[in-house]
Amino acid sequence: MSRFSKSLLVLALCGVSAGAFAVDKYSGVGRQATPAEVKAWDIDVRPDFKGLPKGSGNVERGNELFEEKCASCHGSFGESNEVFTPLAGGTTKDDIKTGRVKGLSSGELPQRTTFTKVATISTVFDYIQRAMPWTAPKSLKPDEVYAILAYLLNLQEIVPADFTLSDKNIGEVQKLLPNRNGMTTDHGMWPGASAAKGGIGNGGKPDVKNVACMKNCKTEVQIGSTLPEYARTAHGELADQNREFGAVRGTRTLGPEAAKKAADASTLDLATKSGCMACHGIKSKIVGPGYNEVVARYKDQTDAEDRLFAKIKAGGQGAWGSIPMPPNAHVKDEDIKTLVKWIMSGSK
Amino acid sequence: MGDIVKNPGRLRPAPENFLSEEQVKAVAAGRRDFLRKSFMAAGVAMAAPLAARASEGDTNILNLPEWSTTLGKPVATNPYGMPSKFESQLLRRESPGLARVGGASVSFAPLQGLFGIITPSGLHFERHHQGWQDVDPSKHRLMVNGSDDSLLKKPKVYTMDELMRLPSVSRIHFIECGANTGLEWGNVAVPTVQYTHGMISCSEFTGVPLKLLLEDCGVDYKKARYVLAEGADGSSMTRTIPMEMVESGEVFVAYGQNGEMLRPENGYPLRLVVPGVQGVSWVKWLRRIEVGDKPYATKDEAVHYIDLLPNGLHRQYSSIQECKSVITTPSGGQTLLDKGFYNVSGLAWSGRGRIKQVDVSFDGGINWQTARIEGPVQNKALTRFNINWVWDGSPAILQSRAIDETGYVQPTYGQLRKVRGTKSIYHNNAIQSWKVVESGEVSNVQVL
Repeated sequence: MSRFSKSLLVLALCGVSAGAFAVDKYSGVGRQATPAEVKAWDIDVRPDFKGLPKGSGNVERGNELFEEKCASCHGSFGESNEVFTPLAGGTTKDDIKTGRVKGLSSGELPQRTTFTKVATISTVFDYIQRAMPWTAPKSLKPDEVYAILAYLLNLQEIVPADFTLSDKNIGEVQKLLPNRNGMTTDHGMWPGASAAKGGIGNGGKPDVKNVACMKNCKTEVQIGSTLPEYARTAHGELADQNREFGAVRGTRTLGPEAAKKAADASTLDLATKSGCMACHGIKSKIVGPGYNEVVARYKDQTDAEDRLFAKIKAGGQGAWGSIPMPPNAHVKDEDIKTLVKWIMSGSK
Repeated sequence: MGDIVKNPGRLRPAPENFLSEEQVKAVAAGRRDFLRKSFMAAGVAMAAPLAARASEGDTNILNLPEWSTTLGKPVATNPYGMPSKFESQLLRRESPGLARVGGASVSFAPLQGLFGIITPSGLHFERHHQGWQDVDPSKHRLMVNGSDDSLLKKPKVYTMDELMRLPSVSRIHFIECGANTGLEWGNVAVPTVQYTHGMISCSEFTGVPLKLLLEDCGVDYKKARYVLAEGADGSSMTRTIPMEMVESGEVFVAYGQNGEMLRPENGYPLRLVVPGVQGVSWVKWLRRIEVGDKPYATKDEAVHYIDLLPNGLHRQYSSIQECKSVITTPSGGQTLLDKGFYNVSGLAWSGRGRIKQVDVSFDGGINWQTARIEGPVQNKALTRFNINWVWDGSPAILQSRAIDETGYVQPTYGQLRKVRGTKSIYHNNAIQSWKVVESGEVSNVQVL
């Protein structure tokens, strides 16, 4: 071995030991993840479909699953605006051709739906797989995710009713997304490398430029908007949202009705804290029936309050459809009684 | 000015012959109990002066209060201390109609009553995507892996025990939701600073730099230019973060908040801290970090948290919270008690670094004065400013304008809307205006 190659060997050894030191510097801390562990948690799907599980599902199966697991929040056609903003609607055949949703700039769109915005089909797959259904996230198998996504794509008139979506053809569907060309990263709000340096954005250059003028900066003050009267009172009694001492007081915004409203609000708070309002609306069905529907059904029954008390406490299924009402052992008996009286008196 | 002028701290003259000769003698003899009884019998409000004549001075001074004349409570009466019973008004609150499901909603921090720069942990704003969880720290794990094997030598799992053995940092940073002030893009919509700006909080966070963990796993910085952070909750929230920020050492995985562990609503037992970047990237209940060579276009960077422009394009991966400020006292929904001196106080912050200067206007932006800044001014942290004001009782419009260390000056509504329109929801950092009218009532207005 020549001297030259010896020194190379020494260098190489140093390199190895330095690398090993970097990895093991914090001795005893952390351990290697097993392949099964990584597989269990590494569920993300990227726009280039890295991470996409194999599988397939058709529109028909998706329709069944959607009705069973999704429609109570999203409506049968993904159109509901009751609980979340709508999933489907708002795009045209022409948008599918251009990849830009025209309604976003024309002002014709009353409300943005998921498919008017999303530019990457992987996003929708990833999200359904990790977070849906609302009350049982991560319970869908890959084939079920494909089926539900196929149904949504059919609702959006992107694929036909006999379509089967799979890991093989999802790339083709990507090319039909109505807003696939609708994103820009040409802005200054990405904190990493700029697009010019292989990253995203313009490298942090702001899009507005104000100057710090100090004296006689303008001749008049133009008021663009003032607080509407309804907004002044929509947030409850502002006097009660500030200290009763100090430099200022909260403005008294509600009239003589304030005390009553505040008391009612506290029952609503109780209902919210007890978890009721996640599934029931006062005037609308969410997952369970609206309280107006409960009142309509039970108002003429003399034992209504006792029956509702028992139902809230122990839970039940069947009276309002297949979605079960969970038991509510965490809510105190007296609070359940208060809630029942409140519901039966119109939740006012 | 109505009710608010009935200020318990003020001297008010007692009615003539309020006390009989006999009662005066009783007072002199120290028999306050007698007086109290007779006053109650007479139905006199408790707020009225009890014993001494107002002409002698403040009865709150002259008549020693109960807390000065009785034994107080022992230590550890409240093993975990709570605010005074007189502080029940300042709570985090929802804005009615903003969200229809509590699990995917927001509660706003009551900025109108807070001091300094640290948000009490119990008043920290909340934003959950699928409800909050109280995660068992003994069962919580943090996994670090690569989108493929060539980006990271050794995918690892850390327990809380292990994370808390590692070298730690404690730093004060603000966290602001990208949608803070989002209700106000088109017009004034909400009455108080709690609802206009309350999706911001500032805490001292303690944890381990993410850089340290990635290097412990043998990251290849050349290939791995993006980081995906993922939560352990039902939503398993994900966001893409640039590796440049991680390499700078600023990003850390935090377990501590204001000297104790994180609150469950804030991600107990582990969350990501991404200074200067909108709150959605500060993934709570952090379970996994993946390094990758491409951004991820997750739901909260491809369907939500994208900023609609007038031309119909959405800005994607908008992350930095630009320089912004707001006057918190006096602010919308408050009423000034009287003419005279006030310490006008507010908060300023910038996702690009330190606050350099804050100017305040009392005439709707025609003239400005530089406010006092409370130091030390910290990087990507809330910064408190104060300025003296003598209110002469005439109408006024109060504004604050922050400048950060990059020289960026907080913009007006007119300037922002010219570029971004009124429908982008996110990243509204416009100058806030509060109008004061003769009655002393302060309300939310927008000056263009």
